[in-house]
Amino acid sequence: MSVAHDHDHGAHDAHHHEMSFIEKYIFPTDHKYIGKQYMFTGMFMALFGGFYAYVFRMQLAFPNMSVPFFGRVSPMEYNAAITQHGTVMIFWVAMPVLIAAFGNFLIPLLIGADDMAFPRLNRLSYQIFLVSAVVLIASWFVPGGAFGGAWTAYPPLSADARYSLTPMGSSMWLIAVALEFAAFLLGGINFIVTAMNGRAPGMKWNDVPMIVWMICIASILFMASVGPLVAGAIMLLFDQNLGTNFFDPRRGGDPILWQHLFWFFGHPEVYVVLLPATGMCAEVIPVFARKKLFAYDTVLYTTIGTGVLSFFVWAHHQFVAGIDPRMANVFTITTVLISIPIAEMVFLYIATLYGGSIRYTVPMLWALGFIFAFLIGGVTGIYLGASGADIYFHDTYFVVAHFHYTFFPIAFIGTFTGFTYWFPKMFGRMMNETLGKIHFFGTMISFNFIFLPLFATGLGGDHRRIYNYNNFPELATPDLQNLRILATVALLVLIAFQFIFIYNTFYSMFFGPISGTNPWKATTLEWTTPENPPGHGNWPPDNMPTVYRGPYEYSVPGREDDFWPQNQQS
Amino acid sequence: MSAEATHDHGHDHGAGGGHHEHIHPPSHYVKIWGVLCVLLVVSVTGPMLGIKIITLITAFGIAFVKAGIVIKYFMHLDTEKPIIWYALITSVVFMVLFFAAVSPDVMKHEGTRWENVAAKAEVARGLAAGAEHGGGEHEPAPAAEVH
Amino acid sequence: MAAFRPIANTRSATGIPTAKLAVWWLLVSEIVIFGGVLASYLMHRLGHPEWANYAVHTQTAIGATNTLVLLSSSLTAVLAHQAAQTGDGKKAAKFLLATIAGACLFLCFKAYEWHGEIEEGFVPWTNGFWAFYYTAAGIHASHVIVGAIIMAFVAKDAYAGRDLHRVENVGLYWHFVDLVWIFLFPLLYIAK
Repeated sequence: MSVAHDHDHGAHDAHHHEMSFIEKYIFPTDHKYIGKQYMFTGMFMALFGGFYAYVFRMQLAFPNMSVPFFGRVSPMEYNAAITQHGTVMIFWVAMPVLIAAFGNFLIPLLIGADDMAFPRLNRLSYQIFLVSAVVLIASWFVPGGAFGGAWTAYPPLSADARYSLTPMGSSMWLIAVALEFAAFLLGGINFIVTAMNGRAPGMKWNDVPMIVWMICIASILFMASVGPLVAGAIMLLFDQNLGTNFFDPRRGGDPILWQHLFWFFGHPEVYVVLLPATGMCAEVIPVFARKKLFAYDTVLYTTIGTGVLSFFVWAHHQFVAGIDPRMANVFTITTVLISIPIAEMVFLYIATLYGGSIRYTVPMLWALGFIFAFLIGGVTGIYLGASGADIYFHDTYFVVAHFHYTFFPIAFIGTFTGFTYWFPKMFGRMMNETLGKIHFFGTMISFNFIFLPLFATGLGGDHRRIYNYNNFPELATPDLQNLRILATVALLVLIAFQFIFIYNTFYSMFFGPISGTNPWKATTLEWTTPENPPGHGNWPPDNMPTVYRGPYEYSVPGREDDFWPQNQQS
Repeated sequence: MSAEATHDHGHDHGAGGGHHEHIHPPSHYVKIWGVLCVLLVVSVTGPMLGIKIITLITAFGIAFVKAGIVIKYFMHLDTEKPIIWYALITSVVFMVLFFAAVSPDVMKHEGTRWENVAAKAEVARGLAAGAEHGGGEHEPAPAAEVH
Repeated sequence: MAAFRPIANTRSATGIPTAKLAVWWLLVSEIVIFGGVLASYLMHRLGHPEWANYAVHTQTAIGATNTLVLLSSSLTAVLAHQAAQTGDGKKAAKFLLATIAGACLFLCFKAYEWHGEIEEGFVPWTNGFWAFYYTAAGIHASHVIVGAIIMAFVAKDAYAGRDLHRVENVGLYWHFVDLVWIFLFPLLYIAK
């Protein structure tokens, strides 16, 4: 709630005193530093998520071999690895980086404000998030081991330590997730309120850059969907620790209820992280096509349509879970319907490219890569959304390949799009183009070699929760095993290419060429700050920007420059 | 953000204290509190008649009336911007949607070619125990499967 | 760090004060949290006729008294808002203190009631009804506690004449806590 003191009306007193190191970097209230904290925490957690993927992929490709840097993988450790990989990548990588990091960094800059509406609430949100990450990491080292009930935590497995065999791990996992939700609820309220109220004078709703819309709509989706799961998490925590009987059928509970509570949140969650990633494409593509975003209004309506429809599709995750078959029909229809607005949005991005003078810079390559990869993810989703087909595909590697073709583009390609595009604004220096392109092609090619084989193994009957295929003679055939080895080798290549990105990031942060305030010749407000990277308050308090036009005015006929910044009067 | 936000107001509302337009006297609020108390008495005494329809109307119908009064007169939602309405109503609608889509699975214990054995057993056990004494002490039933 | 008000906080493109807008969004997120509990409870309750046998053990008299306490504390909260509107911070603080007293009274009744029920052997793990009974009322009670703590801070500032707009905002939250109880009361106590 309200965090500022009323008597301090001379808004910018803080300008006048030098902030200590701790104030500036450890407990900052400046949105840019909080954004960077989220960014680097998320990237740090991505190392863990990637390491877990490495562990279980190695076990699948070379069963019972001692995995370098880990050792022999026991069945319990295998389950823990897939669970923690999923949890970390969605809740501690995709969410903090795409929503919190970019939301914090971009929203005030793109709407022409000096900070978030509630800077101290913002700091609190990061601190809660950090605690949640610490609790999660701690849960990997407690007696009994880390929780291994998959990121969906289906009861009865998760409801009782006698089933899960992780008495502490499962409760700590649940507490970490609940804390993370609290952090993003606070952050989301801040984003929405800032964008609703804090816009620069003259900025009408259709002058707001698409990424701001998308992050705000994503925050609203998160806020409206997570409530039942917060309630469900409390109920599950009681089941685990008090012995209540909400979800365990042996004690009279109903496990299907948890699945509904989970997926009522879980499916909108996909769109919560998808929307910011598509928003980044909407920012990047016009800049490097030097062309106005095609049909701003329609992009907005498709976003809202996707957001609303995303609340009507959740039970397509439960077609074989024992839900009412009549509901399965309803959810098949809504699931297929939601592909319409998303497909429309992709068409609009392609239409933006049409006739533009396209520059294949690194951010543009990532944006195009996102559209390509997400398209595959979206199209394979149609198979799974049809309840009849899903009976055969359910819980096979086809599902794994499908949602990695959506989540990998979202969490990594989307992040790389935004990160390489706004890097000059974050650190004032340019990234190395050559290294960036090597990283792009290495990542994209190896990514496809991980998950295309998994479509094939899924169609071949590979069940996704098997620890060692040698125990299943009909699945332990050489042709399937070779595909598993191919996927694992591709993963190793993918991980290797990320070191190029890490090197490029840290080298360019300190030694890259100075970028200047507007290296991409873009029109949105963040490129108009007097300092680069922007100082505290972004603009001088007596000279905040005023907005005169929409965010994508490129190649306007009759003008000398091919871009027309939002704050230029004429 | 909404269509209402189209116009740039740009006023400095942030420091102010909300609506200065109409300040009601305290007696106005005390009267509303009185109405709420009367409704409370009705909602408690109504179910004592033991007629099911009256129980439903007095218990739940009056809950909605009370909620409406609190929202309108105490929270002043009637003078609030429509965007607030939309946000609140949307979240309520989503909860109705959640109930509507989940209740066929959780509320009902059988349907077309499916049956929730565990829940039926729990109901039968609870009713049998309730016939003897009202406690309904729970004893773990043997593992039952949900089809 | 010197607490300062960023320009973003002072703007109001929607015409709604920024802090109040944030409270409304907070309430949206609360509606779905309580909505999840209540919807889950309701579908179980309708599917389990035997729960009526358990529900007879809840004490309607205490529930009704607590409803009266919360309704009255809502009255004092709105009177505090009214005093803040007229610019009388001291009066607003006094009404807020009365609201806090209502919150404490509510919690005392709650503690007494739960004590009696636990004595009788009705604990959260007795069966599904009591699990929901304690969970739903417990989440609500935690909101009462948080609300009382926030109101203490707001009352302190209001007494000094600072941040009077917060009186309305914390009041909105308090009315919401009251609203939840208005629905919990018939669901847990009256429906028998």
